[in-house]
Amino acid sequence: MKTTKLNLLAVLILIAGMTGCATPQHYDYSAFQQHPPRSILVIPPLNNSVEAGAPYIYLSTITRPLAECGYYVFPAAVIDAFLKDNGMPTPGEMNTVPLDKVREVIGADAVLFVTIEDWGQKYTVLQSTTVVHARARLIDVQTGTTLWEGTALAKQGSGDGGGGLVGMAVAAVVSQVVDSIVDQTRGVSAMANTNMVFNANMGLPYGPYNPDSATDPRR
Amino acid sequence: MKQTIRIALICMASLVFLSACASKPPLYQWGAYEELIYDMYANPGKAEPGVQIVKLTEDIERAYAEGQRVPPGVHAHLGYMYYTQGNTSAAAQEFATERELFPESGTFIDGMLARMQKD
Repeated sequence: MKTTKLNLLAVLILIAGMTGCATPQHYDYSAFQQHPPRSILVIPPLNNSVEAGAPYIYLSTITRPLAECGYYVFPAAVIDAFLKDNGMPTPGEMNTVPLDKVREVIGADAVLFVTIEDWGQKYTVLQSTTVVHARARLIDVQTGTTLWEGTALAKQGSGDGGGGLVGMAVAAVVSQVVDSIVDQTRGVSAMANTNMVFNANMGLPYGPYNPDSATDPRR
Repeated sequence: MKQTIRIALICMASLVFLSACASKPPLYQWGAYEELIYDMYANPGKAEPGVQIVKLTEDIERAYAEGQRVPPGVHAHLGYMYYTQGNTSAAAQEFATERELFPESGTFIDGMLARMQKD
């Protein structure tokens, strides 16, 4: 009796392990496969949130996941300064940059255009939540084709610690005070971008600098 | 005996399960780079070019000493910091290193170098 259960457990764990990181083909990667980029230019995001600082905080958290995925990512702050020096003082103008100029002057294979949809602290009586929500589109510079789209979404609550309702209310207030001193959105933005890029079902295929790109079925 | 084999099988299976999605070591050593980008916009006082040069140089030296790779953009960013201080020779050196490490940066780097010569 015991040994049969142990056998079953072993088999189940083995199956789960073998399929654990398989990529179900829910997302259509055919456009990506026709123009796989080596390099990505990230344009400072458009902002539909109420937090004016959101675009540049977001920008400071997108390089790492894209680079770790395996792409060359142009230096975000240098690019920002360059665009500002060239008649595009804010993300509004930057997001209209012509692709032929990008190809000619920057030489990127693809551009990531991002829109921030929601950003910052949300308060209810019992909960303080940090939210980051952004949408991203990867556009092929040669053809203007959309290679990939992703959603970056992450939330972090003030904690589900003990103390019942009073404890939660106190935690929410403490969080509200702390959040006004310490910017939680940076960490949550990093989490959102990492989840977006490395999503098992809809993530970005590995890039040329990542050894896993050789065996990535999505490429 | 049979019991030992079964337990060994479960252990091996669990190892497969855990390692199938185990996090691999990062491709690059990130150091202060993204935090400096954050500070440039959120706390500009903490990201003066001089401070950035010190921190990024430390990061690059540590990565080199530990056999780790410097991320895309770091040398170019450091070069830009030198440029803002008027140190065009150090800037040119960092831009050249960026292009050597990451040939995809070639068009942009060549443009930066050309514009720097004209200044």
